[in-house]
Amino acid sequence: MARTLFAALAGAIFGLGLMLSGMTDTRSVQGFLDIFGAWNPTLAFVMGGAMIPMAIAWRVAARRKTAVLGGSFPAMPPPRFDLNLIGGSAAFGAGWALTGFCPGPALASLSFGGWQGLVFIAAMAGGALLAAPLRR
Amino acid sequence: MLQVRPAPLAPQLPHVNMALAPALGLARLALKLESAMDINWLYGLLGGLVIGTAGAIYLLVNGRIMGPSGSLGGLMDGSDRSGEQFGFVAGLVAVPAVAALIIPMQTYAGSNWAVLVIGGVLVGFGTRLANGCTSGHGVCGISRLSPRGIVASATYVGAGMVVMTVLRHVWGMI
Repeated sequence: MARTLFAALAGAIFGLGLMLSGMTDTRSVQGFLDIFGAWNPTLAFVMGGAMIPMAIAWRVAARRKTAVLGGSFPAMPPPRFDLNLIGGSAAFGAGWALTGFCPGPALASLSFGGWQGLVFIAAMAGGALLAAPLRR
Repeated sequence: MLQVRPAPLAPQLPHVNMALAPALGLARLALKLESAMDINWLYGLLGGLVIGTAGAIYLLVNGRIMGPSGSLGGLMDGSDRSGEQFGFVAGLVAVPAVAALIIPMQTYAGSNWAVLVIGGVLVGFGTRLANGCTSGHGVCGISRLSPRGIVASATYVGAGMVVMTVLRHVWGMI
């Protein structure tokens, strides 16, 4: 139960951060990718800001053996750059540019994203199912 | 008759000027940056700190990497339907819904349904295949200097910039 509650808390804070940062505005995200247009660097500030607490958390995790609610921390994955990683990320980048949505902001904006958000999320969920047989 | 010489505009003390030059340069740069700065950058930085705090809590308390693509994918294909995945997605959807009642929000997404469907399938398929998105590979991966996270992030940002350039400036589509 505690695990579910803290997961919900993390999701809630994540959602509020996405709203505050402006990342639920698809124009801002597309503006970041539009380097030959009116480039919008906001996303770089979001990433930079998010790195600070996360980098501290990884340092704390390195000193502890287990998480507060038990269990080990995720190990560093071996540096393997396979087709799934590269091809998948390239496909994601293409869809990201087309719509200005990535999974987090799409879910956070479910309530106010209108039919456009619902269509995107349904398609994203379908895309996730398509990838299931290709995952090891 | 006494001739008054115009006073020199700047004191002819080269060593003083040289000492001040870097400070003056920095001041000019700061002014330039300030005039070009956008309030949205500040909101971005603050929102980013909040996002990173969420990821830090999820890592230190639950011992998990914060990744909405993984949560959604795990719930969809049944590979991980734990309470944590449900809880995370529920919090991510419900709390912004309440917040949006107080502060009206919009996504300004395009209304071409074919673009939304193709884009959605590409994002869902791609992030699941690559095992992460802007959150898992980006926020959580880059901050621990994970080689896979860095390569994935460089790839989706690079691909996004290429596709955006072609669609907007070559084909004039979006």
